[in-house]
Amino acid sequence: MIKSKTRVLFRLGDKIFPKFTLICSLIVVAVLVNILIILFIQAWPAIKESGFSFLVGRSWDPVKNAYGALPAVYGTLLSSILALVIAIPISMGAAIFLTEIAPSWLRSIASFIIEILAAIPSVIVGLWGLFVLVPVVRNPIESWLGTHLGALPFFQGPPFGFGFMAAAIILAIMIIPIITSLGRDVLKSVPGAQREAMLALGATRWEMISRAVLPYGRSGLIGAIMLGLARALGETMAVTMVIGNGYRITASLFSPGTTVASKLASDFSESSGLSLNSLIELALILFIITLSVNVIARLLIWRLTSVKGKAD
Amino acid sequence: MRHKSARKWFNLLMLGLNSLGAGIAIVIVCLMLGYIIAHGLTFINLDFITGSAVPAGQPGGGMHNEIIGTLILVGLGSIIAVPIGLFTGIFLSEFGTPFTVSVVRFATDILAGVPSIVVGVFAYAIIVKPMHSYSAFSAGAALAIIMIPVVARTTEESMRMVPGSMREAALALGITRWRAVVSVVVPGALAGIVTGVMLGVARISGETAPLLFTALGNSFGYSGLGSPIGALPLQIYRYALSPYKNWQQQAWAGAFVLVVLVLIISIAVRWLSRKRRV
Repeated sequence: MIKSKTRVLFRLGDKIFPKFTLICSLIVVAVLVNILIILFIQAWPAIKESGFSFLVGRSWDPVKNAYGALPAVYGTLLSSILALVIAIPISMGAAIFLTEIAPSWLRSIASFIIEILAAIPSVIVGLWGLFVLVPVVRNPIESWLGTHLGALPFFQGPPFGFGFMAAAIILAIMIIPIITSLGRDVLKSVPGAQREAMLALGATRWEMISRAVLPYGRSGLIGAIMLGLARALGETMAVTMVIGNGYRITASLFSPGTTVASKLASDFSESSGLSLNSLIELALILFIITLSVNVIARLLIWRLTSVKGKAD
Repeated sequence: MRHKSARKWFNLLMLGLNSLGAGIAIVIVCLMLGYIIAHGLTFINLDFITGSAVPAGQPGGGMHNEIIGTLILVGLGSIIAVPIGLFTGIFLSEFGTPFTVSVVRFATDILAGVPSIVVGVFAYAIIVKPMHSYSAFSAGAALAIIMIPVVARTTEESMRMVPGSMREAALALGITRWRAVVSVVVPGALAGIVTGVMLGVARISGETAPLLFTALGNSFGYSGLGSPIGALPLQIYRYALSPYKNWQQQAWAGAFVLVVLVLIISIAVRWLSRKRRV
């Protein structure tokens, strides 16, 4: 009697348990969908009020109820793209070093050290940036660029230290470990036969890397870079602490600026009414930008793995 | 002959440049960690751990309440995120159809990429605003959303590494499928699951952006899940931007505590997963 009862119970478990895990998975999907819906609903008063001018407006003035997102979006894109310009050569070099050049005992130690950088909380990177990096950016970096390349529009104005330049360097530091470790995984997935074939043709090691390994992993490497970009676009604390909080559009990298994330971090808790709705609309814009970059990056990385599957 | 040597020089040059990239990355880590640890160490003392915040300009004081607050928030986040993440991972590895798996996995990856400040805005909109109060609970929920993808993906990956033969052996003994998962596959993947939880804890213990408008901060100690609560990273942020020397020094001490925590977890995770990597 008892035996059959437990058996029924276990059979029931086979019905219930998979459903239960499905429900938990659906919660994850629901959270993602709800972020989009809730942000949209909360931003709606601002969308209705400002309309298209929100996207092209250049001022953020709660007194006049005039809200324009352009300087924040500009700051986000400028600092992130500049960060990529700094981070790509360093992290590609590091990824190639870790898979192709380093002796095997060095590989795991070096990877571990670089990965620690990714684990340091953003606010602590910001603290370091505030007290160590910003003074260095002001002098010598900005003052040198100002005296020698001051004719270029990017290097004009007084060297503040706080500004796009400092933000870009901090962002570069934060995305180097991400691009490096993803890039390393991509290069690892390149079949050894690719390398051997190239070396057998008499290629030097660099020719082997540049003509056999990198072209094979190209889409995966681009995916890794885009995931780094997505991270840079949404990075908040470290940027907020060094970018200087100026709401303007200027070519000068010395100038204080704002990103969408830093605007949210510094204004959100003191806002209410339409100004709050407008900030939520900013968050919605940031969400949509990072979502698109993430989706493209994932698809690129998936394409590589499926190509690899076919090759096997 | 000459042609060949030019190629060789170029080869050496490019290999050197690539190694330089790795060198730069490692130097940055060492500079940053070295500075934070050396600098933080000079400002940390017993008062920092046991004392409460003091008004600006006064000497002494500490982050006792914020340390407790962070422990509560991380605990709260984990209580919500670990079960959901664990069962999502189990679903992805054991029960999903190819279609549902690709949808859920895609959602998990995308959720992992949502900027933490946007998660904070979301938690504000669904919890803080309707309840008209900043609260520890809303901050815990925001941290949970950030932690779930970490736990789900590491659980899935480590469960997939459990050999199929172990599942078959369990089923052949007449056990039902869910019992096989719960008592054979999950224990087999336990090291990986623990690793995932630890990575998640490391990630959320330093998160600041989602706490700005959920936890808000509270220097007077814990006063219920429905009230504002202080947190270590939040206090580091406030103190770092303050003009007072004493507060800035406490920010460094706080950074030291957080970095040591993150380092311990990173090394432990590496130690736990060393067998699987080899």
